[in-house]
Amino acid sequence: MSRRTIKVDYLARVEGEGALYIRIQDDQVKDVKLKIFEPPRFFEALLRQRSYQEAPDITARICGICPVAYQMSAVHAMEDAFGVQIPAPIRALRRLLYCGEWIESHALHVFMLHAPDFLGYPDAIQMAKDHAQIVERALRIKKAGNAIVTLVGGREIHPINVRVGGFYKMPSKRELDDLAEQLKPIRDEALETVRWTGSLPIPEFDRDYEFVALQHPHEYPFNEGRLVSNRGLDISVHDYDETFTELHVEHSNALHSVLKARGAYFVGPLARYNLNADQLSPLPRATAVEVGLPHPCRNPFQSIVVRSLEILYACDEALRIIAEYELPDTPAVDIEPHAAVGYACTEAPRGILYHRYELDAQGLIVDAKIVPPTSQNQKTIEDDLYEYVRPNVHLAKDDLTWKCEQAVRNYDPCISCATHFLKLDLQRDIS
Amino acid sequence: MTCRNLRQPRQAEILIVGVGNADRGDDGVGLAVASALSDEQLDGVHIHLVNGDCLPLLAFWQQVELVIIIDAVQSGAKPGTIYRLDASHQPLPQSMIGSSSHSFGLGQTVELGRTLQQLPRHLIIYGVEGYRFEVGGTLSVEVAQALPEVTSRIRFEMKGWRGKCTNTRRQS
Repeated sequence: MSRRTIKVDYLARVEGEGALYIRIQDDQVKDVKLKIFEPPRFFEALLRQRSYQEAPDITARICGICPVAYQMSAVHAMEDAFGVQIPAPIRALRRLLYCGEWIESHALHVFMLHAPDFLGYPDAIQMAKDHAQIVERALRIKKAGNAIVTLVGGREIHPINVRVGGFYKMPSKRELDDLAEQLKPIRDEALETVRWTGSLPIPEFDRDYEFVALQHPHEYPFNEGRLVSNRGLDISVHDYDETFTELHVEHSNALHSVLKARGAYFVGPLARYNLNADQLSPLPRATAVEVGLPHPCRNPFQSIVVRSLEILYACDEALRIIAEYELPDTPAVDIEPHAAVGYACTEAPRGILYHRYELDAQGLIVDAKIVPPTSQNQKTIEDDLYEYVRPNVHLAKDDLTWKCEQAVRNYDPCISCATHFLKLDLQRDIS
Repeated sequence: MTCRNLRQPRQAEILIVGVGNADRGDDGVGLAVASALSDEQLDGVHIHLVNGDCLPLLAFWQQVELVIIIDAVQSGAKPGTIYRLDASHQPLPQSMIGSSSHSFGLGQTVELGRTLQQLPRHLIIYGVEGYRFEVGGTLSVEVAQALPEVTSRIRFEMKGWRGKCTNTRRQS
């Protein structure tokens, strides 16, 4: 039996880095391991003995791409702990802030990280040489998302305007109206983006997943709702720890999150779309039909289309919020800290992000638990790779490597939330 | 760590960009250098800190004549080694593109800008060799000791550039 070990330095175009090992023996896939080297618990430890007020700013440091998501889960968990109800204008503004982050994050991934795969380019730089207009569109869309986050979140290096109970400062109606004028043409560009991704050549792939997402009776979910799945899950976020568990896999330091009852599950845009498509506004709903996006959608490669659809929805929703916006009497409600436990899930661009905090009588954090969406998708990504490699074992090394990278990128894994380096180690044993 | 509020720099001013993650050991060196220069409140100099996403720089530096970026690098050299790269007219080394731990990294952003003709007229990158990048770590001793030297070289670079600009204006 001969062995060949093929190594690629790093998995390109995943935000941050991670590691992938595949062993093939006699043309059979024997082992697939998604390896992640970095302990994910530094920030949970950092939060202990800090005031509840510091949670949004500390957790925002966890991810440079989705700081808003961490802040939203943090403030909602604290408000849950203290029994705080935020008034409608603050609630709306938080949705607007999240729209901005979805637009930024999804635009980065759709155009700069994922699209090159479908067009046969090694990276976005090479793609830009032939498709400069597409990349320039990406930058315009991303800039609009950034403008929302800067105005509402007050970003310098991390958003600084978010606090438990609301915000430090509310934007004026005039500032929001100016933002709306910037967003209107971007919505048109987002519409064209759905049409464009809908025309890309998509690999055939279909698995029977359990999709998990927030669900709200009146809106496409951001910050609130129950946790539901396509296999009957319907729980309050308070029951998250009884329903899900984290398995520490030997080769990985980013824990694999699984449903206690049924194992691997799938979070993110595909899950949101499959479980909440009827809550999309009319324009993205019609556009999904126009481009032939199936519902439910079980092909993770079509996530590029779903992310584009969510960019369109976020533009639509942002414009709706701005049009209906009323300045609240106060930027934040008062908080009376006390000993309590608070829970929250919010829909980060990559999927549900769970925070749980235990607080003492002074509002100091006794214990914190944070489960990023990427660790919730880990097992599903590994299982996908196992299936995806099987019919492709005969491909040349470079082609197989590229296919695996593309399959991992379907999940837009924010590896920087959980790890640091990704290397592809392909071991091929031949009798 | 303080920096000026983000605002679009006016034409012909200098933009200093610190790139990195202050929670990842030596990856914070770019932020540390930029913050030190920010504390000096240099006239006509804008300071910008970036963590995780370099792409907005393409729009941000459009009207700026001189952009100086500081970031950590990892090449295997002695920790604290300082590199200077003139990225204005020549592509960055391939090893710099995609080697960042940030999202769409600095190297990729610069080369994308070159492809789209969206680079500033003068783009200088200072890299400081690091070796400790674990989450929760602080700057290593070697990198921390390099901070004054990097800062000094950037001040000297700005002075020299401004001198050249003044001479050019006198001659025209």
